[in-house]
Amino acid sequence: MEIQTYEHDVLVIGAGGAGMRAAIEAADAGSSVGLVCKSLLGKAHTVMAEGGVAAAMGNVDDRDGWKVHFADTMRGGQYLNNWRMAELHAKESPDRVRELEQWGAVFDRTKDGKILQRNFGGHRYPRLAHVGDRTGLEIIRTLQDHSVHKSQISVYMECCIVRLLKDGDRVVGAFGYFRERGRFVLFKAKAVVIATGGLGKAFEITSNSWEYTGDGYALAYAAGAELLDMEFVQFHPTGMVWPPSVRGILVTEGVRGEGGVLRNKDGKRFMFDDIPENYRNQTAKTEEEGWRYTQGDKTAMRPPELLTRDHVARCINREVKAGRGSPHGGVYLDISWIKERIPNAREYIKKKLPSMYHQFMELGGIDITIEPMEVGPTTHYTMGGIRVQGDTQMTSVPGLFAAGEAAAGLHGANRLGGNSLSDLLVFGKRAGEHAAAFAKAQGAGWIDEKEVASSQSWALHFMDAPKGDENPYKVQQDLQKMMQAQVGIVRKEEEMLSALEKIQQIKERALKVQAPANREYNPGWHTCMDLTNLVTVSEALTRCAIERKESRGAQFRDDYPEKSKEFGGLNMIIKQGPDGAMQLRREPTKPLPEELQQIIKDMG
Amino acid sequence: MSTIKSGTAERRIFKVWRGDRTGGQLKEYSAEITPGMVVLDAIHQIQATQAGDLACRWNCKAGKCGSCAAEVNGKPRLMCLTRMESLPEGEVTVQPMKSFPNMRDLVTDVSWNYEVNKRITPFTPAKKGSRGVAEDGTFRMMQQDVDRAQEFRKCIECFLCQNTCHVIRDHDKKEVFAGPRFFARAASLEMHPMDTADREPFLKHQGGIGFCNITKCCTEVCPEHIQITDNAIIPLKERLADTYYDPVVKLFRWIFKGGGGTSS
Repeated sequence: MEIQTYEHDVLVIGAGGAGMRAAIEAADAGSSVGLVCKSLLGKAHTVMAEGGVAAAMGNVDDRDGWKVHFADTMRGGQYLNNWRMAELHAKESPDRVRELEQWGAVFDRTKDGKILQRNFGGHRYPRLAHVGDRTGLEIIRTLQDHSVHKSQISVYMECCIVRLLKDGDRVVGAFGYFRERGRFVLFKAKAVVIATGGLGKAFEITSNSWEYTGDGYALAYAAGAELLDMEFVQFHPTGMVWPPSVRGILVTEGVRGEGGVLRNKDGKRFMFDDIPENYRNQTAKTEEEGWRYTQGDKTAMRPPELLTRDHVARCINREVKAGRGSPHGGVYLDISWIKERIPNAREYIKKKLPSMYHQFMELGGIDITIEPMEVGPTTHYTMGGIRVQGDTQMTSVPGLFAAGEAAAGLHGANRLGGNSLSDLLVFGKRAGEHAAAFAKAQGAGWIDEKEVASSQSWALHFMDAPKGDENPYKVQQDLQKMMQAQVGIVRKEEEMLSALEKIQQIKERALKVQAPANREYNPGWHTCMDLTNLVTVSEALTRCAIERKESRGAQFRDDYPEKSKEFGGLNMIIKQGPDGAMQLRREPTKPLPEELQQIIKDMG
Repeated sequence: MSTIKSGTAERRIFKVWRGDRTGGQLKEYSAEITPGMVVLDAIHQIQATQAGDLACRWNCKAGKCGSCAAEVNGKPRLMCLTRMESLPEGEVTVQPMKSFPNMRDLVTDVSWNYEVNKRITPFTPAKKGSRGVAEDGTFRMMQQDVDRAQEFRKCIECFLCQNTCHVIRDHDKKEVFAGPRFFARAASLEMHPMDTADREPFLKHQGGIGFCNITKCCTEVCPEHIQITDNAIIPLKERLADTYYDPVVKLFRWIFKGGGGTSS
């Protein structure tokens, strides 16, 4: 079977916001770029981002600036962030947003015609540039329409990479297949950028689509790169809970930014009951003050519904477990109540939250302008990921870069809403720039044909010579259910140790999966291959979660409910050992430079 | 609260088109129906339990990515937004979009759309010194002036409008016609207050907007409820009529362009 071969200076794996932004930058630097998408172009998970992109432009509140954004990001991440990334992100995101406008993005406007910014959890001032509640779609379409006119970019749609190829230490290419005909493809490249997003599909309830099987983490890990702080998985506080078929679909934080409130079955705004110490002086004392904040009153503090996602998710979980939840195991999120405060509330809600209105109308049979929604936590985002250098986004493997959700560092233990869209713009650009520079300095690498041949026979054996008759869909579901139950929003040592054992059993079963023998667009076969990645990342995540014996940010340990000073200064690093086994080590975080420490102090 | 009630599960029969570019047929499967279930859930259930290699595209499962377009009981729909309760009792047929070449089962070759997109002149921003461009190069645009462009930018590229448009579906004019999706895209650029390019020649010639006779089929199937016909196509047609056929405008242009023609 002949393998199609393509050659590029830079190969970008993943075509969401980070991948497309990297491709544009590398192309502008003169590189020939291959852009690989697992789905069709423009369908990546970035389209699901709703609320906005965080950038301290100060269009709505001129007290905002990069220093405040930096301090907010570090506080939200519980100071485990890569401070250099947090600094670059805060400084550069305004330019990245303005650049999008020059490329045709049409953000909502302020009264004086500038880009409008909205309130969001953990952000001190209104900071999220947005387009109603479909900001991600706007960003992906802008990048897509900008990149399709660049002749240096070749797009490979519905193409999936199964292995990175190395020449000595350096990454020099990738092997994969086209989903359409099942044909194999070899990409030769001088530099590779991984922008494959997250691993939501390791869990049963998730806002992520089928694609998010942790491919990039597993590819980088197998190529010898380090994974960082994989235990930090964000459970977004508000996913749909009813009906069953839509469980996990995201309900934007923008609902709360526009004045939506959380209530338990007794009608109580329970978020006022539990305000963490480090946010107390930034949080409203009364419901009235919270409302004034959402309406732009600069003297008011934000309502507790806009505390960080990790905290809100845990509070919702607590209400449900205490029997104060809604009929289908969630709590109530109510935006309809604002009709008591503003005229034309119905039209206002439909204008500001159009996707939410339609989503609930069409999938839930609920009119959110009249009734409250039922919501509960859903697996949403991976803060951990491939370890990179802050400035260049290069991994510990020469020639291998990572950006966006696939990379780790910016968000620390918890990501603030809106910081992912800015992350992918800022670091997508940086990854593209540095990958192009790296490629320029290198000659073409040597491709190991044996590696290519073994990758091919591995891919084919699921159909041609299966080692068993396990159903890949069933094995995947079993893994998801187990991870949800044992390594989910509330974690315990013994449950996770048992999870680790079960992962080993699932790993055995994943070797024995079988797909119908048909090369063309065969999702059963694709699931067999994705499953391998999912098992690897589930193991990494569980090992890190066991090792971090504290509760911090997105990691909540029932057996260690408090923050620990010791772990507050430690990162968890995963790397493949020489024997092929997964190794974990703790590494002290790098101390903040004086001037950044001062900023955090000043922003109190 | 939700109008979707818990109830006892029932099984329903699905006839799903299986085949490839050489042909195929409807095959019968069944799926257990739970409250609030959508057609895409049933397809997934069939995939996981009865037909592991059943090909279908999907991503977000929330009507935001536009991947799972198909024809349910003959009607072009997104499978993720088609609730089982909304369908009449009896068998449910699920077929691929008819206007694009089939790849496999419910997956069609939509690459033509991506080719059309490349032919549309990209956003061309006004420069510093122009009205609406501030000293630092950023734009000043009023919300009411961008509302219309934003409406078209809601498009999720499900291509249901392309699939339904009779110029494509019945007459297969793909060579000379861009289709409603790309009239909406062109309109979003033409109606952008800061855009300076002229896409009228494209719309008239390569885009073939004249083939559209305003039957509004595209608008009817749009899951984003974009008023493609009324707000995009008709205003574009009016602009073209002014530019190319209004005798006064024609004369005016002739004088100010130094005798140059208006067509390109």
